[in-house]
Amino acid sequence: MSAELKVDWTRCDARGLCLELLPELLRGDDWGYPMTTGTESAVLVPLALLEHAETAVRECPRLALRLVPGHPPTR
Amino acid sequence: MSRLRTAPRSLLGARAGGYDEHLSSLGPLPDIGAGTLIEMVTAAGLTGRGGAAFPTGRKLAAVATRRDAVVVGNGAEGEPASSKDRVLLNQAPHLVLDGLALAAQATGATSTFLYAPADILDRAVGPALRERRREQSVTLVASADSFISGQETAVVAAVQGQQALPTNAADPVFRRGVRGRPTLVQNVETLAQLALIARFGPDWFRGCGTDAEPGSRLVTVSGSVRSPAVIDIPGGSRLGDIVDWAGGPSEPLQAILVGGYHGGWVPWDEPAWHLPLTQTALQPYHAAPGAGVLLALPVRRCGLQASAEVVSYLAGQSAGQCGPCVRGLPTLAQQLGALASRRTSVAAVHELHRVTTMVDGRGACRHPDGTVRLVRSALSTFAAEVDRHLRGECTAEAYRRRA
Repeated sequence: MSAELKVDWTRCDARGLCLELLPELLRGDDWGYPMTTGTESAVLVPLALLEHAETAVRECPRLALRLVPGHPPTR
Repeated sequence: MSRLRTAPRSLLGARAGGYDEHLSSLGPLPDIGAGTLIEMVTAAGLTGRGGAAFPTGRKLAAVATRRDAVVVGNGAEGEPASSKDRVLLNQAPHLVLDGLALAAQATGATSTFLYAPADILDRAVGPALRERRREQSVTLVASADSFISGQETAVVAAVQGQQALPTNAADPVFRRGVRGRPTLVQNVETLAQLALIARFGPDWFRGCGTDAEPGSRLVTVSGSVRSPAVIDIPGGSRLGDIVDWAGGPSEPLQAILVGGYHGGWVPWDEPAWHLPLTQTALQPYHAAPGAGVLLALPVRRCGLQASAEVVSYLAGQSAGQCGPCVRGLPTLAQQLGALASRRTSVAAVHELHRVTTMVDGRGACRHPDGTVRLVRSALSTFAAEVDRHLRGECTAEAYRRRA
């Protein structure tokens, strides 16, 4: 099972906690907002990083992150 | 800014007048079951006319499987280059109200709203609704005068009595919309088409347009054309024909902005004249039929300058909620403006491309994505002009000096 990390952009305030917890998946953009390190725009979380991702969801001071199970919908 | 086509069965063909005239010209709404209605709409191939072109039959079916649904007719039309919804509501409010009734019937909805600018509600929709008060109950909600007021989640917020701002809901509105109820948000032109399909059938609908774009659609043609107009055109019409129906170019043209401020520039050349207004044909230009906007840009105006002005307007229309939009759009506007006024460098153009990737897809609504689409289209359609600007030249300026 894969999971996707979703950002609620109306909440995110570029505090950067998620960037520290998930450097493998996220980097800051010019303004510090989380951006995927990959080529796809969706942030897919491999099983090995799921625990860190769950911590990020729990600890985000803005409660701006959530994990969605399964494959991301294709557009 | 309107022009009537006189065919009685067309969107704008209903003779201006009250409910009686509406009924005598088109006949009463047939009494068809919800399932049949959805089948008819699906067979007709009707797609949403608000911009996203989502198949209407599928949208109706998704809401119909749920209880206690809400239907909202969306006539907010925040797009400055579009006036088709305004013209439609003014000229044929009863057709839109018919469509609302049908959509409510098809989805088993228990509440119905119409969301549109206050002046149109006062002048056209309110009086029309009073004529049919005994048979239909619709709550009118005034829309905000902003570009994003018609975005689906902003519509839901407005109907709930909140500010018309997009929200980042986990569920799509057809599952959880107005006060948590399944909600169908449908553009007013789509609703009017529904009212025609219910009366005359899917085959009649498909008798106009092409297989890829069945039926007719309203377009707003403005800019450097002789008779700017809202026109009911066959789906998939060629760009050249559409411009001709608006009186033809009023001066030499260099490009057409297709799909509005979130759309793309199509260079005005021989192949473009024959280009059909379809998703597939417009894709290479980052454009789409969208809400049917065509804005003609004359040769004497710099395409980069025009684009910079649009992006600057769009930056000002950000709801101010999402960081990448709040920070990114003004950056794009400023960088494109610098390019247009030739205060730029090759590195700065690369930088502009890089910033688009930091904005695209990173907001609660499609405003950042649409703005990026316009920027990318400007950089590709006016690529030769970008090179000239890097050398300190501008074709439009040279043209004006010669003229």
